[in-house]
Amino acid sequence: MSDSVSFSVNGVAVHLDVDGDRRLLWALRTELGLTGTKYSCGEGHCGACTVLVDGKPVRSCQKRVRDLKGREVTTIEGLETDGRLHPVQEAFIEADALQCGYCTPGMVMEAVGLLRSEPNPSAERILHAMEHNLCRCGAHPRIVSAVAAAAAAMRGGAG
Amino acid sequence: MSGASPTLPTRRQFLRRMAGGIVVYFSLWDLIGAQEGIEKPAGARPERRDLPRDFNAFIRIGEDGKVTGFTGKIEMGQGPSTVLAQMLADELDAPYDAVELVMGDTDLCPYDQGTWGSNTVRFFGPALRAAGAEARGVLLQLASEQLGVPVERLQAKDGVITDRDNPSVRVGYGALAKGRRIERTLKIIPSIKEFSRFSLMGKQVPRKDSLAKVTGQAKYSADIRLPGMLYARILRPTAHGATLKSLDTAQAEAIRGIRVVRVGDVVAVLHELPDVAEQAVQAIRAEFDAKESALDGKTIYAHLLSKAPEGRIVASGGDIAEGQARSSRRFENTYLNAYVAHVAMETHAALADVRGGKATVWASTQNPFGARDEIADALGFAPEKVRVIVPFVGGAFGGKAMNAQAVEAARLSKEAGCPVQVMFSRQEEFFYDWFRPAALVKVSSGIGPDGRMTFWDYNEYYAGGRGSEQFYSVPNHRTRVHVTDLRGPPGGHPFPTGAWRGPGNSANTFARESQIDVMAAAAGVDPLEFRLRNLSDSRMARVLRTAADAFGWRPAAAPSRRGYGVACASDAGTYVATMAEVDVAADGSVAVKRVLCVQDMGVVMNPTGARLQMEGGIMMGLGYALSEEVSFSGGRVLDENFDTYKIPGFSWMPKIETLFVDNNQLAPQGGGEPAVIVMGAVIANAIFDATGVRMLELPMTADRVKAARA
Ligand code: FES
Ligand code: FES
Repeated sequence: MSDSVSFSVNGVAVHLDVDGDRRLLWALRTELGLTGTKYSCGEGHCGACTVLVDGKPVRSCQKRVRDLKGREVTTIEGLETDGRLHPVQEAFIEADALQCGYCTPGMVMEAVGLLRSEPNPSAERILHAMEHNLCRCGAHPRIVSAVAAAAAAMRGGAG
Repeated sequence: MSGASPTLPTRRQFLRRMAGGIVVYFSLWDLIGAQEGIEKPAGARPERRDLPRDFNAFIRIGEDGKVTGFTGKIEMGQGPSTVLAQMLADELDAPYDAVELVMGDTDLCPYDQGTWGSNTVRFFGPALRAAGAEARGVLLQLASEQLGVPVERLQAKDGVITDRDNPSVRVGYGALAKGRRIERTLKIIPSIKEFSRFSLMGKQVPRKDSLAKVTGQAKYSADIRLPGMLYARILRPTAHGATLKSLDTAQAEAIRGIRVVRVGDVVAVLHELPDVAEQAVQAIRAEFDAKESALDGKTIYAHLLSKAPEGRIVASGGDIAEGQARSSRRFENTYLNAYVAHVAMETHAALADVRGGKATVWASTQNPFGARDEIADALGFAPEKVRVIVPFVGGAFGGKAMNAQAVEAARLSKEAGCPVQVMFSRQEEFFYDWFRPAALVKVSSGIGPDGRMTFWDYNEYYAGGRGSEQFYSVPNHRTRVHVTDLRGPPGGHPFPTGAWRGPGNSANTFARESQIDVMAAAAGVDPLEFRLRNLSDSRMARVLRTAADAFGWRPAAAPSRRGYGVACASDAGTYVATMAEVDVAADGSVAVKRVLCVQDMGVVMNPTGARLQMEGGIMMGLGYALSEEVSFSGGRVLDENFDTYKIPGFSWMPKIETLFVDNNQLAPQGGGEPAVIVMGAVIANAIFDATGVRMLELPMTADRVKAARA
């Protein structure tokens, strides 16, 4: 029952011969050695495992490896370009939008996905889009500010 | 475990691990005499030995000028890696960037009791600062000899010592430490900086941990990888107290690469992929004998009362009967608090490598040395053969002081002969959590015609006592704590219970501050005014007044239909007052629109860090106030994941404001917990103000509020 699946992770081509029903989260954290993507609920409720697939936020604990054929996966480790942090990462640091940091990779990826499809979200819209990413430390207010600040910075950067 | 303190590495062993440089040892206990001030969560292992008297932390200045502080405290998001570095750099006059903390490694760091109770800055901080000041003294002395300039003429700044009269005569800390091996033990407290001389303390500094955390580089226990490691999944009983009746692992064993391992009562499957191990554990056929339990969320309170001991009186004064006689109005209420789970986003995890008679274990724990001793016991090793390393911890809130996962990983690794990871699933996390205990508080109180309190008769059950002593000036009062620890008496709670952020104080503050409002409303007096009228504690009056000014509180007797609430408390030396505004919908659901929190926590060492703790406490507090309640029946914990157990999310977010009352003459007090403990009371009071309905049971779910209004 082993499937042969090729896709890309953070711009690098990968090829896995695995049971195609396996979930992306575990392939990332084991075979691919990318532990920035976190497990917290395993059932799609919390968003700790969020990655981008073709630019859209996806719960990697729910995503079957089989369904990734030919797709582009981006994880928290792949957000930097030319050694520069993504504006969302910068904004999280700037706004102190984290405490224990365990939800942070998922939060950052969800926000990056949001800003790709909606470069200028209202505060209301940010709350709504992030609602199913959970944080127990209560970093919520600062996460919302960080996402808004990143949006502004990215619009500025785009001219 | 024989002989004198065999588990404590000697000073010599520590020094051997360090290269040259200047090392200052210090003992928190001697300096601060703080033992009685330091609590630990109930359920944590009792101390097996006295705390080491000679030293329990040290700092080192290396030949490269880098300063390292070694401590058994851990970083779980509350910010010690930043604030301790800030304090140390300031006292040493070293650049902040040159200072790092090495935390929670039992081989590198001296013994520590555990990270909890808002104690890190409050008790550990002063000792660390003193060591910094001592080291600075040593450096000045060395510089004086080397430069041939008297100490009085020297000035230390940013890691460089300069001759005031001739600034070109200078030497850096690294150069002074070069080729030396100087050891000092702090015996008396050198003078530490006055508030007016702070250069880094009290200021905003860049956090030490953010870059690693936003890039996914920060390693938590489940992120550690070793060659040849296997992932374990463990067969779990269906209910607490259930025993294994029959076991059939044939189907699990048929999965390629699976090893079934049994050590004592632990039945585990091991595989090189965690998700395959999960499949295999699902394939085990097992039957358990479970005792049926008649307890559930409704019957629990009567059960708990029936098991409660007499307890003891913790505070009293005057004469209750006389107070009752003088009352024009009397009030009697029972306040209920449900079981609440910790639900850190990181589940308990550990990786153990037990080979060749030695164990190295990476574990998410608030108590590395406790974990080391438990692991040593379980393996039959001497404690010095066990090294526990605590990487970043993904939240704890009192829930990571037991170390079951670390012990399991160690036992399995020893048996399997390779490194083994145990990471709890969310389901296991709910099952093995030691919940905040369900608690009851019965309050009977009265007021006279002048709107002053006449008596206060307070009986606390199962909250553990913290925060039970009231601070209002009431002539006749008595406070009895029936269950003085968080675990409760045998036959009490149906599952383990323990410390939860601000243990006990949220239940006590809910009861006390609700009852105060009950009396204020009966007297027709504004609840803030009622508090001020009955307070002689000026620190408390000050936080309340500051909150009222900032909130724009205009006096009105409740219910004013505005949905305003107020509550105040003290915890870990900090005073807190919170005001809130709520909206109550027709279906009983409560939206908290605004929360303003004011703290007097003495000198604020790291204002951003302190605000983060306040904001986090407010967000977390919304949960136990409005939705969080562990459901259970028949001995089973029914909540297994976030679909049924709702924690606060983005849409719950009120407008949050945080303020400090300046109190720079007072040493820093605890800041991790005060903001969370007032949330139940302030929201209950705001609900009353909005609706005229008094909620006596937490959480105040929509159903409960609706039922109470009907
Ligand atoms: S771990 Fe995937 S959504 Fe929670
Ligand atoms: S920062 Fe700890 S869970 Fe969000």
